[in-house]
Amino acid sequence: MASRLAQPRTTGTYVRRLLVVGYLFLLVIWPVALVVQKTFEGGLDNLQTALSDAVVTDALQLTVVVALWAVAINTVFGVGISLLLVRYEFPGRGVLSALIDLPLSVSPVVVGLALLLAYGGTNGTFGPALEDAGLQIAFATPGIIMATAFVSLPLVIREIVPVLHEIGTEQEQAAKSLGAGAWPTFWRITLPSIKWALVYGVVLSLARALGEFGAVKIVSGNVAQQTQTATLVVEQKYQDFEQGSAYATSFLLALIAVAALVVVTILRPKDDTDGD
Amino acid sequence: MGIEIRGVNKNFGDFVALQDIDLSIPSGQLTALLGPSGGGKSTLLRIIAGLESSDSGTIEIEGLDATGLPAQKRNVGFVFQHYAAFKHMTVEKNVAFGLEIRKKPKAEVKKRVAELLKLVHLEQFSHRLPSQLSGGQRQRMALARALAIEPSVLLLDEPFGALDAKVRKELREWLRRLHDEVHVTTVFVTHDQEEALEVSDSLVVINEGRIEQIGTPDDLYDRPASEFVLSFLGPVTRLGDKLIRPHDIDITRYEHAATASGRITRWTRVGFEIRLEVTPDDVLHPDPVQVILTRTEATALQLHEGDMVWLRPRAGAEAALAR
Repeated sequence: MASRLAQPRTTGTYVRRLLVVGYLFLLVIWPVALVVQKTFEGGLDNLQTALSDAVVTDALQLTVVVALWAVAINTVFGVGISLLLVRYEFPGRGVLSALIDLPLSVSPVVVGLALLLAYGGTNGTFGPALEDAGLQIAFATPGIIMATAFVSLPLVIREIVPVLHEIGTEQEQAAKSLGAGAWPTFWRITLPSIKWALVYGVVLSLARALGEFGAVKIVSGNVAQQTQTATLVVEQKYQDFEQGSAYATSFLLALIAVAALVVVTILRPKDDTDGD
Repeated sequence: MGIEIRGVNKNFGDFVALQDIDLSIPSGQLTALLGPSGGGKSTLLRIIAGLESSDSGTIEIEGLDATGLPAQKRNVGFVFQHYAAFKHMTVEKNVAFGLEIRKKPKAEVKKRVAELLKLVHLEQFSHRLPSQLSGGQRQRMALARALAIEPSVLLLDEPFGALDAKVRKELREWLRRLHDEVHVTTVFVTHDQEEALEVSDSLVVINEGRIEQIGTPDDLYDRPASEFVLSFLGPVTRLGDKLIRPHDIDITRYEHAATASGRITRWTRVGFEIRLEVTPDDVLHPDPVQVILTRTEATALQLHEGDMVWLRPRAGAEAALAR
């Protein structure tokens, strides 16, 4: 790699490394390790207690369902919006591009509140009408999915957009001149070209979706065994002096996210050179 | 037949890319669109392919009105300057793409791909990815891919522009031989006049969105219609009041019936070639005259920088344009 310089190692090299490792250790590794350590303090007791508690298992199940839905929605719309942003000129493109980043900058609590205002069952803008039609959004799974999709929307798009820019349109034009229509071009050329960016975006959104707390707390109503997600359980168990279950649930959440990242890192081809 | 272009105009905002283009490209020939960068030749090629739409005018390909047809229905083979290889597919898959889109039977696809890879000398690379090929190999793969669909016309947009000089020369000769074998109506865009003169059956010179001249390479070189065509097809210099090619000037150290006389004020040697600048004594034509001769000639004439010399058009040289 050209961006890495082969320099002689000096004291400075080691000082810099120590700084980086120290920073990561104090901020990330040590606290997370403590969670793991606390989880396994009494052997597997904490995990067993947590996993035999219906409140925890229901919450974990809900979290997984919500995360999968949110990720699925974000994958489809993420790819669509990315293509729109990169491949088409239209008025308001700049505004759309800026709006995409909104979920990253606005506090999730505000997102939750906004969704409640729009879709609340009693006094939301669309809520009563939807509820009459038999679809409850706020304080139910659809609302939780929406909140989660909202906060993790930019992750897929921000991964794909630079790759779409980089691959350019020539391959797509070549496919067109060889007789491929819009769909075959997308499936056979565009999608394989952005595959790894998409996978990475999906994994990041999955991790983010599993961990969402603020927006979900407001939208869900936090009813145990119904609308309580895993992160909400962690908070509740911790406050109810059931730290063992809180640690165990935290550990499981972290485990899924880390596992997803590790799998992607292993799968992702090392030799990512382009064909130019 | 071939390609009929009628009244094509194209603007990009205020910029006029093509203006009232009328052009007939005959079937089965290799035609070069030659011109400086930004002159509109690539735009014209892309309009023929359907990758760009014209503001007005019609395109007919082999008797079929293609004006409103999208690129994927025109059955043209297009080769891009930067190969546009499908990076995630092997060479074989790249070449097979157009056939698979057309849902041809597997066995037929396999046979055809093998034939084409043989034609472009890439048989042993069929399982490689484009990133494992050299530029020249990638462009040959792109050509095979474009030929696979048995296109009515083959369009090449500066096909050798991204390659180094040696490979460019090899591929150019190879393209000429390939065309003699395949005989598909071929149009290629280039800004390299040597490439155009060497490869093409006929030449279309395009400048600033207009066609300057159409003809065979010899026509254009010997009888350029304008000063632009003359100077674009090769170096040109002014001797007296005539424009002439620098290698068509006779140079001696002895006084004779000359058009101009003066001292050699510049001496550049490039391999076998010697490029001189002679500053004439004539106050009416004081601009330096370029003269090109071989090293052997210069040695035989015992020329040196600073020598007084006499210049005149060589016998047989046609003073191209009197201006």
